Amino acid sequence: MKALRKFLDNIKPAFQPEGKLSKLQSVYDGFESFLFTPNSTSGKTGAQIHDSIDLKRTMIIVVIALIPALLFGMYNVGYQHYLAIGQQTAFFDTFLYGLAAVLPSIVVSYAVGLGIEFTAAQIRGHEINEGFLVSGLLIPLICPINTPLWMIAVATAFAVIFAKEVFGGTGMNIFNVALVTRAVLFFGYPSKMSGDAAFVSTDSVFGLGAGNLVDGYSGATPLGQAATNVGDTLSLTNIVGEPISTLDAFLGLIPGSVGETSTLCILIGAAILLFTGIASWRIMLSVFAGGLVMSSVAYFFATPAFPTSFIAPIDQLCYGGFAFAAVFMATDPVTGARTDLGKFIYGFLIGVFAILIRIYNGGYPEGAMLAVLLMNAFAPTIDYCVVNANIKRRLKRAKAQ
Amino acid sequence: MNIIKLKKGYNLNLKGGISDTSIVNAPMAQTYAIVPDDFNGIVPRLEKKEGDHVAAGEPIYHDKACEAIKVCSPVCGTVKEVRRGERRKIEAIVIEPDGGTETAKISTADVKEALLQSGIWAMLRQRPYDVVPSPDATPRDIFVTCFDSAPLAADWKLFTDGKADLIKKGLAALKSLTSGNVYLGCSASNVIEWDNTVVFEGPHPAGNAGIQAANIKPVNKGEVVWTTDILTVIRIGGLVANGTVDFSTVVAVTGEKASKPQLVKCIIGAPVASVVAGAVDASDANTRIISGNVLTGTHVAATDYIRAPYRQITAIPNIAVEDEFMGWASVSPKKFSIYRSFTSWLFGKGKAASFDAKINGGERAIVMAGEYDRMIPMDIYAEFLLKAIITFDIEKMEQLGIYEVAPEDFALAEYADTSKLELQRIVRDGLNRLRAEMC
Repeated sequence: MKALRKFLDNIKPAFQPEGKLSKLQSVYDGFESFLFTPNSTSGKTGAQIHDSIDLKRTMIIVVIALIPALLFGMYNVGYQHYLAIGQQTAFFDTFLYGLAAVLPSIVVSYAVGLGIEFTAAQIRGHEINEGFLVSGLLIPLICPINTPLWMIAVATAFAVIFAKEVFGGTGMNIFNVALVTRAVLFFGYPSKMSGDAAFVSTDSVFGLGAGNLVDGYSGATPLGQAATNVGDTLSLTNIVGEPISTLDAFLGLIPGSVGETSTLCILIGAAILLFTGIASWRIMLSVFAGGLVMSSVAYFFATPAFPTSFIAPIDQLCYGGFAFAAVFMATDPVTGARTDLGKFIYGFLIGVFAILIRIYNGGYPEGAMLAVLLMNAFAPTIDYCVVNANIKRRLKRAKAQ
Repeated sequence: MNIIKLKKGYNLNLKGGISDTSIVNAPMAQTYAIVPDDFNGIVPRLEKKEGDHVAAGEPIYHDKACEAIKVCSPVCGTVKEVRRGERRKIEAIVIEPDGGTETAKISTADVKEALLQSGIWAMLRQRPYDVVPSPDATPRDIFVTCFDSAPLAADWKLFTDGKADLIKKGLAALKSLTSGNVYLGCSASNVIEWDNTVVFEGPHPAGNAGIQAANIKPVNKGEVVWTTDILTVIRIGGLVANGTVDFSTVVAVTGEKASKPQLVKCIIGAPVASVVAGAVDASDANTRIISGNVLTGTHVAATDYIRAPYRQITAIPNIAVEDEFMGWASVSPKKFSIYRSFTSWLFGKGKAASFDAKINGGERAIVMAGEYDRMIPMDIYAEFLLKAIITFDIEKMEQLGIYEVAPEDFALAEYADTSKLELQRIVRDGLNRLRAEMC
């Protein structure tokens, strides 16, 4: 480590304001503070000790919480692929295919997002913010596997610049950056983002997994099938026409966006986030509660006009992006409600709207993304009302004197 | 008797607590000093100049805006130096004791006059603004804290036991100055009987008088309350009883870098070196000496003087690990955090932990929600208030309770802040600006 420290000290002058590489100062600082915790100490006054926690640690815990969903997502991409071409493969080969298919989108998302983040930090003269460490991983996880890389690049750039940097960077944004990326893709390139061709990788990747599709193959996701169902019975199948159970959906061996299919792995991530206290249990709990309430109501009044209403409430929570949104998207502290009471309201409404859009808006088979974005817009209003109650209480107290 | 249980807050368990309750006497030092920064809200106008003789308890300066508020010399001697900083701001008034015992005699016929003249007035604080009280306003209530819940603070039972008489006299004196009540905020282990005793249970900052006030009867716009502590009440009791001020104080010398944590009896304004002698190796470059506790104290040099409220010195390592490699990824349970993102929780809450003065991260925008609220047991939305202060939106600040807070209430939140913002400075600047605007 000493050699590395020495190397950094040696090249440091070049990155200082008068140095040759002064335009890369923020990049240097970013790497230096990443490798070595800065030695800066508390000021003369003010708190003389500080907790070990910082934003780097916080963000890295979220990344760790995403890993189960990421690894399973990779496996599932391979699993769906080999199912589609009717080949039996070993676990490792299945995973390898998924890894090869998913990794490029992770690299593209990080490269584009961090590039913009570094540039913005340099322009502002700020330190590099860690927020994109999480966003950069969320983006590939919430996109369909067949999203072209250039689309991910364009959408990521758009989202980071217009949903984050113009507001002032991490901590200042109104909308969740990863979801804005998803929304840009969804509304900009709808044909690539939904439908039967988006969610199962059927081509070979880097020479892996070549083969022809089996007869009777259909790449429709369970929610896609439900949306187009006719009649008052609903039977959902996997991509080769076999019926799927709640357990399949819970484990995640169904077609869907990369990281969103396995409710189990998402719940492992949720456990990490809740144990470390990084995500708000209030939000998470109330999203699930809202979803459960809304889907129960819809199930009770199920009608063939809205075929998705035939899905049982528990299944509603396992299908699509609902669980992922509840655990990783709604709990984004920057774009969510910030007061304790506000968190309950915010989360509950996300749950309700996600299911509401999913069932009653025929145009969108999935509503979790839109529900979170919608509530992002309303989070400040919810907080405003909660804080106003505190203000009123204070005024009342003053008058009572 | 009322019992109030506070849930918010946290007891940081630092190494270097006092275990031996015997009190060591510090020898008379060469010089003593008063630091005007310790008395917020007072702009000093000197009454003595360099070379002048002062008696113990004789005023050395008064407030520019209100001549009645005096700050007095703790010892009998001569004014050796008036230290000035930028723009001739007075940084310290150094007094060289001459061994004399001449002590200012103060008439106690009028309690308010006596407090002002004796300099004890300057040790009181008022809310709003957390400044030395204005003599023109009668406080609605006075809140007296009877325990210090800050990290490594001494147990005040040692100082209050056997002082019932002085406490009674002091409280009676305070009572005569308010139209309302004098509230005592006690810990369960040292309950002091009085008309309005309230017992507080819960972690730090339960011992802050302002926190106690917020939970007993919060300050409203247009009201004035005073906050002080039982040790000052004892001092007032002494003044009422004897007509002189006792300028001695007991300082808890604590912290990981104190080889022998101990209680030291000295005089207010003593040099740090004389107080820590034998307990802290001040020549160690990696020792950070803090006058006060680790949350609200001031980083001082050994050649500096002990700062108000003259009760504690904490010595901690400045930097425990230089150039820590990827400290944010550490899984070492020795890296202490109140959050479970680190593994220090494995050791359990009871174990004393090691702290250094590193900030452990860079300053960021506020990201994590509710972090401050968990550390501040008041009915206040701290984050929203801080944002109002930063943007200096006076109406919003008033609505969100700026008049109820002092910087010390935010000290624990500043420790716990993921975004590493200087919350106490933000609040202090906001209060000062608001006071300038409103008064």
